[in-house]
Amino acid sequence: MVAYVNTETLPSLPPPKGLQGPAAWMRQNLFSNWINGTITVVLVIGILAALIPFVNWAFIKADWVGTSRDDCTSGGACWVFVYVHFKLFMLGLYPEAETWRALLVGGILVLTLAGLMIKGVPLKKYIQIFALFFFPIVAYVLLSGGYFGLPHVETNFWGGLLLTLVIAIVGIVAAFPLGILLALGRRSSMPIVKAICVVFIEVWRGVPLITVLFMSSVMLPLFLPEGMEIDKLLRALVGITLFQAAYLAEVVRSGLQAIPKGQTEAANALGLTYWQGMYKVILPQALKIVIPGIVNSFIALFKDTSLVLIIGLFDLLATIQGAFSNPKWLGYAIEGYLFAALVYWIFCFGMSRYSQHVERSLKTTH
Amino acid sequence: MTDPNLSATPQTLSTVPSKPSFWNDPQKRALVFQVLLVIGIGILLWFIFSNTLHNLEKRGIRTGFDFLSRPAGFGISQTLIPYTEASTFGRTFFVGLLNTLLVAGLGIIFATILGFAVGIARLSTNWLISRIALVFIETIRNIPPLLQILFWYRAILPLLPGPKDSMSLAELFYLHKRGLTIPAPLTEPAFVWTLWAVLGALVLAFLIARWAKYRRESTGQQFPVFWTVLVVIIGLPTLVFFLTGSPLNWDIPALRGFNFQGGLTVIPELTALLLALSIYTAAFIAEIVRSGIQSVYKGQTEAASALGLRPNRTLQLVVIPQAMRVIIPQLTSQYLNLTKNTSLGVAIGYPDLVNVFAGTTLNQTGQAVEIIFMTMLVYLVISLVISMFMNWYNKRMALVER
Repeated sequence: MVAYVNTETLPSLPPPKGLQGPAAWMRQNLFSNWINGTITVVLVIGILAALIPFVNWAFIKADWVGTSRDDCTSGGACWVFVYVHFKLFMLGLYPEAETWRALLVGGILVLTLAGLMIKGVPLKKYIQIFALFFFPIVAYVLLSGGYFGLPHVETNFWGGLLLTLVIAIVGIVAAFPLGILLALGRRSSMPIVKAICVVFIEVWRGVPLITVLFMSSVMLPLFLPEGMEIDKLLRALVGITLFQAAYLAEVVRSGLQAIPKGQTEAANALGLTYWQGMYKVILPQALKIVIPGIVNSFIALFKDTSLVLIIGLFDLLATIQGAFSNPKWLGYAIEGYLFAALVYWIFCFGMSRYSQHVERSLKTTH
Repeated sequence: MTDPNLSATPQTLSTVPSKPSFWNDPQKRALVFQVLLVIGIGILLWFIFSNTLHNLEKRGIRTGFDFLSRPAGFGISQTLIPYTEASTFGRTFFVGLLNTLLVAGLGIIFATILGFAVGIARLSTNWLISRIALVFIETIRNIPPLLQILFWYRAILPLLPGPKDSMSLAELFYLHKRGLTIPAPLTEPAFVWTLWAVLGALVLAFLIARWAKYRRESTGQQFPVFWTVLVVIIGLPTLVFFLTGSPLNWDIPALRGFNFQGGLTVIPELTALLLALSIYTAAFIAEIVRSGIQSVYKGQTEAASALGLRPNRTLQLVVIPQAMRVIIPQLTSQYLNLTKNTSLGVAIGYPDLVNVFAGTTLNQTGQAVEIIFMTMLVYLVISLVISMFMNWYNKRMALVER
């Protein structure tokens, strides 16, 4: 009997053909069968047919800088419109001489947010305290003025992106404590407290924001004693805060529900009172879980701030609309809306990416 | 020898626990706290109420709902029920409400179709399709709905040609600046029988489905429910329609001078609002559909094919029913959002509830409290109805755990 025993190592085979490289990737993902292949070809043609004229209009044939509509000669998009009005879109009618104040607030905001979001920044606790309690005061004093020799700037001069950000940030910061209280109230064992919180939350969540804004601009002056006037911006802020608090309450409640009951019981067993237990044990854990939820509701709020144009405040969208309704600039609606869309998109997309990042980094289970 | 400690009655421990002081008894404390809260809220409400009454009196505004029977005196560009300037404010309310419900209903249909299409495209094995769906979702979701409505209404629709040189399809449908003109149905009295036939067909279809399910569960025999129901729902009304002598004509629009005569013109506000809201909501629905389908474990599909089910039966019997459990609750909340977002139509002048009632009517009568209250109540009722449906559905569909 003859046995064949290979005494040498066989040379390694070449890799199977057509599993690697861009050609194989295309075969698998774009042309896996003839239907997919046809769809791919049709889509590519469709995309090119739509994209080439758009790119041509928006970039290649576009005019970028200039001083008036006469500089738009090439027939493409007239970005001169945005270029000329850029300051208006960012700050509204904020006085020229005081522009530095708005920019300074913006700078502090960016630094604070960077300090909060970037990992490994020291003294994080102090940055948090600054962001929640001192930043609003600093920002208000700088923007509104009237103290430290800064000239007073009426809120009807605030506008553009500045106003959008003021509404969004005040909305979320002011709604936060109220939202937490409502969430705790909704989970309370006291029936009356619970009922009041449920009714409050469900009523605000059941109505559209625009009716809330109508209510705050029309009815709030009726609710207050005679002679007490509050300005338009503040009225809108009150409405938005109450509305947002109801949504935040539901977000916080979802976090509270995720904390095992044992945590509350342990806190009780240690002799902590209700508020001590909440403050030291439950809320730190619950709020950490709901950071993505809070960011998402902030995104929704940021998009909703555009509604204030209906009650006559000049936010980003309203200033842009105002600019292209000006007879000198008539007919640049598309450029204006595209610019607005881009600004909103950058903010919202950025925040949603951040929220997804936090969600991933918080996920400690497998 | 007995232990004196065991036999002796303890002197220091009393059998009755000492009474906690009033403030340390959680129950009594809770009671006091709640009473104080109620008093506090009561004072706040009374403060608001008395201020409001005082302010209204000073401005000379009468309170009450009398204004609902006064003539409105303004026209509305789109009315689903007969309405003239002489109609009452009460009628204005219903015109606005119906216009809101019209956008909401049509928007829900379009958003669902588009959303499911994009959501399934997102899961396509074709890389290009799934990328396009992703870009669509991420672009649309991150732009405020109000901006999208204004974009369609003020930037895109004005680009359409005027009525004179409108784009037409088969001389029946005309798209132009002032809207979309379509043939209008003209019904004769006998048409009502066709409507009854539709209703009858639906009831019959429901009964057939019930019977088929009962038979399948008791005998295991399959019945082609889908095809039978399709034939019944289409066939019965068609049969009745022709038996009663086709009591339906079309009013074909025709261009006279600068405008159209006859036909039905869909106002551009409705078109813009529908386009924007359907697309915006579809982006959210697409994500819901994607996550719903992905939430069904792969093992389920594998088990189904191991049992010998063909791929489309697997989808129909195994994947979709389980995905629906995840999809439906989120879908309903999107429908609710869409309904609430129809109120943004006020920005472009679509005559919805907020526009004609909380806008024009409020400006004319000044009765802010009653009008805002009624408007909010309408939205509250809609959301309560939808959330009641959601709870009912959740209860029905919840996994029965052992």
